[in-house]
Amino acid sequence: MARFLAQARFIIGALALVFVVAVATPAPSFAQQGTPGAGVNEEQLLQQLNRISGRCTLPDQKACTLEQPAGREWREFDQGMLLWIGGILIIGAIVLLALYYLVHGTIRIEGGRSGRTMVRFNALDRLVHWTVAVSFIVLAITGLNITFGKQLLLPWMGPENFSMWSEWAKYAHNYVSFAFTIGVALMALLWIWFNFPNAADMQWLKEGGGMIGNKHPPAWKFNAGQKLLFWFVVIATAAVAVSGYALMFPFYFTDIAGMQLAQIVHALVAVLFTALIIAHIYIGTLGMEGAFEAMGTGEVDLNWAKQHHRLWVEQEMAKGRGAGAPSGAAATPAE
Amino acid sequence: MARMKFLCDADRCIECNACVTACKNEHEVPWGINRRRVVTLNDGKPGERSVSMACMHCTDAPCAAVCPVNVFYTTADAVVLHSKDLCIGCGYCFYACPFGAPQYPKVGNFGSRGKMDKCTYCAGGPEADGSKAEYEKYGANRLAEGKLPLCAEMCSTKSLLAGDGEIIAQIYKERVVKRGYGSGAWGWKTAYKESIAS
Repeated sequence: MARFLAQARFIIGALALVFVVAVATPAPSFAQQGTPGAGVNEEQLLQQLNRISGRCTLPDQKACTLEQPAGREWREFDQGMLLWIGGILIIGAIVLLALYYLVHGTIRIEGGRSGRTMVRFNALDRLVHWTVAVSFIVLAITGLNITFGKQLLLPWMGPENFSMWSEWAKYAHNYVSFAFTIGVALMALLWIWFNFPNAADMQWLKEGGGMIGNKHPPAWKFNAGQKLLFWFVVIATAAVAVSGYALMFPFYFTDIAGMQLAQIVHALVAVLFTALIIAHIYIGTLGMEGAFEAMGTGEVDLNWAKQHHRLWVEQEMAKGRGAGAPSGAAATPAE
Repeated sequence: MARMKFLCDADRCIECNACVTACKNEHEVPWGINRRRVVTLNDGKPGERSVSMACMHCTDAPCAAVCPVNVFYTTADAVVLHSKDLCIGCGYCFYACPFGAPQYPKVGNFGSRGKMDKCTYCAGGPEADGSKAEYEKYGANRLAEGKLPLCAEMCSTKSLLAGDGEIIAQIYKERVVKRGYGSGAWGWKTAYKESIAS
């Protein structure tokens, strides 16, 4: 009886093993017996992934991608859509600003200068601002050179000079990016406290920021337009920094599709950024009397401040940090 | 003038990599750069095929379109060549190329890729044909000597064909008819917007 049980156990075990093996191993393939032409199909593979990859014996695994027709779509973007979007945004911004200037002229300080000034940006604010500003201009020019240089500069400079300039421009773009990224990060830390939306912003936006007509909706240190620019700068810089460093360390973080995407994001955000900064430069210089001083000397005229940032002036006055006497009268003792 | 093309008959390629080796030797291509490579699809599975791939010398080449400094030019034989003197190593041609042809001597961090290198269809570069400067930058100029690319010339199974597009397409078509199958001319649709009926 014991022997029978042992035998039965053996047979059941063997059957179980056969079952497991039969289930686990796929049916043997007879590739050689099938249709000789039944190999991989290019069209089919491309339809599945829009990319064909296999095995190769090279250390550079990028070489194992046999075909990536997506490169042609990226080319359509880079040489088609990007030129249009970039051209329209940047030329559009300049044309709109020129029209606005022709209609409105420079926004004057109402009632002229008071001669009394108040501190708007301290030395650190201005250092950070100008670090970001100078590096942005370098990045914008060298970046636009990659997209528009061969149409605008190459015919004029000739191939040798244009290549030499473009190579230096590429290095400048790569290295200046660090100053820009760090600058914007500091700027975000310094100014984020003044840029949270509040009730005054709604009114400012409702009145269109006083851009049309002569109204001057009250604002704190930054009006809603400046706040929007601040948040755009912070978010756009994050986008161009992430995509830009992906491009600067090619294939370190991502594959070919990721590199193409990084270039698309980088280029689109950058042209929008450039268009907005052109408007920012306009309003800080030609567009508004008394505005440049805020980032120039750091001190603005009291009348300018009251006109554009009334709530901020009132707040500063309340803190006893109001306007100083005109510089000429600074030595005169108060009576 | 001929319209030069490459055609890899994947049903004949045995992945011997002789084309890769021939190319590297003929042009003294530096370590790390491969102007030609063999990719195996469905490796070890039924229907496995290997395809030898290099620059396909595309019609309306994407690399030339995206190059921000216009280093590319197309010869009378429709071979796509480039000037290493003008290349700034931005890497755009690699992003645009459907075949992964452009190669760079360095890793590329901080924009330090160096001058792009790729298959020249054994036709050198902008320097004088057969000159030392041309050889050092681009390798041998076999086409100027009346010879076809070495990779195809020495392919042991005659899988890789090089020459005038119409002639090699005809050879391939005859093969397909005779043996009764063919997986098509790999990359032709992408490179030349045409395919060979098989």
